[in-house]
Amino acid sequence: MIRKVRQHITQNEALLFEESSPGKSGYQLPALDVPAVDPHEALGGGNVRDEIEGFPEVSEVEAIRHFTRLSTWNYAIDLGLYPLGSCTMKYNPRVNELVARLDGLAWAHPYQPESLSQGAMQVIADLESALLEITGMDAITLQPAAGAHGELTGILLVRAYLESQGNPRKRILVPDSAHGTNPATASMAGYAVQNIKSNDKGMMDVEQLAGLLDRDDAHDIAALMVTNPSTLGIFEEDIAKVAGILHSKGAMLYMDGANMNALVGLTRPGDFGVDVMHLNLHKTFSTPHGGGGPGSGPVAIKKHLEPFLPVPVLKKVSEAWHFDYNRPQSIGRVRAFYGNFGVLVRALAYILAHGGPGLRNATVDALMNANYIRRKLEPHYDLPYSSPSMHEVVFSDDRQSANGVKTGDLAKRLIDYGFHPYTVSFPTIVHGAIMIEPTETESKRELDLFIDAMISIANEIEADPKSVLQAPYSTRTTRVDEVLAARRPIVRWKPDRSSSQAAD
Amino acid sequence: MRYLPKSDSERQEMLAACGIATAEELYAHLPAKAKLNRELNLAPGISEYEIIDFFKARADDTAQGYASFLGAGVYRHYRPVLCDTIVSRGEFLTSYTPYQAEIAQGTLTAIFEFQTMICQLTGMDVANASMYDGSTAVPEAAMMAVRVTGRGKVLVSRVVHPEYREVLTTYARHQGMPVEEFGYHAETGQLDLEDLEAKLDRDTAAVIIQSPNFFGVIENVKAAADLAHKSGALLIFVFAEAASLGLLAPPTDADIVAGELQSFAISPSFGGPYAGIIAAKEKFLRQLPGRLVGQSVDSNGNRAFCLTLSTREQHIRREKATSNICTNQALIALMATVYMTVYGKEGLRELATQNLSKAHYLSSKIKPRFTGPFFNEFVADAPGSPEAVNQQLLGKKIIGGLALNRFYPELGNATLLCATEMSRRADMDAVAEAYAQ
Amino acid sequence: MSTYPAHFVYTKEHEWVNAAGDIATVGITHHAQHELGDIVYVDLPKVGTYVEQGKTLGSVESVKAVSDIYSPLSGEVTEINETLASAPEKLNEDPHGEAWLVKIRMSAADEIKKLLSAADYQTYVGAES
Repeated sequence: MIRKVRQHITQNEALLFEESSPGKSGYQLPALDVPAVDPHEALGGGNVRDEIEGFPEVSEVEAIRHFTRLSTWNYAIDLGLYPLGSCTMKYNPRVNELVARLDGLAWAHPYQPESLSQGAMQVIADLESALLEITGMDAITLQPAAGAHGELTGILLVRAYLESQGNPRKRILVPDSAHGTNPATASMAGYAVQNIKSNDKGMMDVEQLAGLLDRDDAHDIAALMVTNPSTLGIFEEDIAKVAGILHSKGAMLYMDGANMNALVGLTRPGDFGVDVMHLNLHKTFSTPHGGGGPGSGPVAIKKHLEPFLPVPVLKKVSEAWHFDYNRPQSIGRVRAFYGNFGVLVRALAYILAHGGPGLRNATVDALMNANYIRRKLEPHYDLPYSSPSMHEVVFSDDRQSANGVKTGDLAKRLIDYGFHPYTVSFPTIVHGAIMIEPTETESKRELDLFIDAMISIANEIEADPKSVLQAPYSTRTTRVDEVLAARRPIVRWKPDRSSSQAAD
Repeated sequence: MRYLPKSDSERQEMLAACGIATAEELYAHLPAKAKLNRELNLAPGISEYEIIDFFKARADDTAQGYASFLGAGVYRHYRPVLCDTIVSRGEFLTSYTPYQAEIAQGTLTAIFEFQTMICQLTGMDVANASMYDGSTAVPEAAMMAVRVTGRGKVLVSRVVHPEYREVLTTYARHQGMPVEEFGYHAETGQLDLEDLEAKLDRDTAAVIIQSPNFFGVIENVKAAADLAHKSGALLIFVFAEAASLGLLAPPTDADIVAGELQSFAISPSFGGPYAGIIAAKEKFLRQLPGRLVGQSVDSNGNRAFCLTLSTREQHIRREKATSNICTNQALIALMATVYMTVYGKEGLRELATQNLSKAHYLSSKIKPRFTGPFFNEFVADAPGSPEAVNQQLLGKKIIGGLALNRFYPELGNATLLCATEMSRRADMDAVAEAYAQ
Repeated sequence: MSTYPAHFVYTKEHEWVNAAGDIATVGITHHAQHELGDIVYVDLPKVGTYVEQGKTLGSVESVKAVSDIYSPLSGEVTEINETLASAPEKLNEDPHGEAWLVKIRMSAADEIKKLLSAADYQTYVGAES
């Protein structure tokens, strides 16, 4: 008998297109207060479409039931611990949602006069200065739409700066524990990628790095992209030394801020030598993940990169906020308008709620939660690196895979206990990685339930490894055939295909 | 603190379990030089009530209560209540990217429906799970065309949204992807087919056009597609006003469609977050950037959905990925999905027709500068400087059209005026009056 | 009994070659398909492409991995196995037969001498795993 924390609901529901029938609708427009125009006349017959074939036709009642039923098939932070490593799935405060929807902010048009946008611009300015204080950097742009977009912006800044020095250089160094976005970004910015190995402490191999930078071709190296704490949840103890080595060769240190939740209030990247970094507001600053976006990926920089910031840059001119487009050295625009403003509002609300000392307390709780889990699970799971953990801990499936159960299977079994899985098989430098980040917004009770579940699974695997291999057993949907999905891609509904296999 | 669910005695208990006495020991190993030995210089935390007050003060210092005739890529459309109701459900709002298909069927199913509706709307065969926004979807589409054709250059119409073009330039700079612009016809406001034809060559990977274009004018998509195809290039069709697709012929002559869904229940929100889309012909499926949901079955044989074709993406292919894009805009795409569901087949058409009627009422009083057919916005010359007429309208709590000289100096006093279903007749009359002087 | 046909030659990157005249049929080995797991997609060059020994010829994908295929020989691609586009699973089922990848008109006949015999490949695979 295992202890299930919660059950998964199993509503039945077809696709919208299968529920539609002609003549039903969920809308009503007000009567037109101007003469109706005939589309064929105004646009020319060839420009007017026939009906949108297959488009839904349902009433308001059916629409709300449809999406509400779908929603019950999702796991969510609101239901419980979401221990995905490096994803920082913390509680999303609801007051943030309310303030982002205030009319004056939500209905602000990006082209409305600056004189009528001062409040919105003040929000941007407030968030900019708070994030600069938190990171210890000199300047910032809030425009990038997500972390990966911030990375691209940051590397373009590095490139523009180096170009202004006469040589954009050719290579970017990336540790083997990095997120896949890092090498993909370097490549998009026109750089070749060279991997750096980790040492037995789970940190960057400073010797190897120093060696690389000592070679004759070191003037080709533009930057090192490092996540700190690394994806192993380990703080790079030689980070300042690494920065020094890079700087001595005219190269820059880029920090991926994915794991900034471990640092806020304790240490600042600007103080340990980082030249450019991005933040993920949807991680560290509590804006909702929403099933995969929207995010926001501000890029904070040191003074020497400032002339290259994307346009526009917010500036105060005689007591009023103003967008400055006259930036001849700018890398240009990275997206339309000024960034994901609605996400910025939420992040600022989060910072205001905690305040300076509060942000530090949150960080300390995040560290405590991760270390508590580490201590409790260490007797049951292999810990490949013994360096101190910050906000997350990475185990391996070493002991369980000896019984034929791999990290992916273990993760699926966790679902049966009522939890979302941890991050599976990442970072890739740990074979069979089990990467757990609890965040600070979990109670001791929730953590204990999770720990109990993990220990119980370890025991199940000892007793009868086969019993967990087909998990999950308790969900509406059992294991999905990803091979079939990839071999015979069906990425949209079509009437002929689905009529014979309607849901349930 | 209300977001930290622990009592001090629980903290003590947990620290003891970790074998340490104080919380400081948790980060004692940080290098001394890196430690911040002071509090952050930020005000102490405040209550929920104070937070609301703080933002209300900011919200009051904006254009709250003004009527507006601004469009230019961001449109004022009514947002049905249901859209916020659904996206506010914690199960959608607070869930992660649906990698664990067994407990993410809600998000996966909704995205599959989204992908389907985008295909139906655009006349394309496949669509991804959404992009950051329209402006970043354009360079992603261009990079896709470069991969497909093996050619380098892209030709972009000058009447594609100016900010989209700027983003394209930023992305293209380091990809060996030259971007060249072609002009528009001074009378019709449509793209200049002769200029396009002259600039097309054997190295052109794609021709990028927008319709309705930045001037609100509807383009001859087929003519542009024929020219592009004749020289072996792809046609990328861009839309910034999704509501137009309720009425306008879908761009079936295009190879790739990149667009912005802000019109579908996404509040203007001072420029974001929005959601972009990329859709394409079936044969380009494996060249699509970003996330994609596919249909499959579970081990009981029931229909189920999962993320698929992920080998295209950065977390597997790393530096060889189709893009570095990681997130989509799932929640925003969901909002648009609910919107499309609420309006449905009939509603989108009726909505588009109302937009058309309102804009044409306004154009019956203010003469459009261009002769090409338009949907819900058009260019009109201000009497004197645009700043003067707009200043006058502000006195009536109306935000007038966008002065175009910042993007098109050659257009002098031209402004871009937009009317949607939310534009009131009385306000339109007031604008007409100001332009009549 | 050998899984690996004796009249084929092999590479350390796990491709096989079956040469007849100046045409070489190329595929990936049983060992390669087994390591990759369920193959979901095969990316092959266009007919007429000139490929070089040791350079990328295409790639095979499983759900969560992509592996490059390296050309065992230099020459022009004269034919590709079109059936794999709609049935990539054949690579798992019959890698040495029905699921050949490409045919190459060899431009440097000597290159084939550098490749491994079935026995040597089998020893190599044994040693690698």
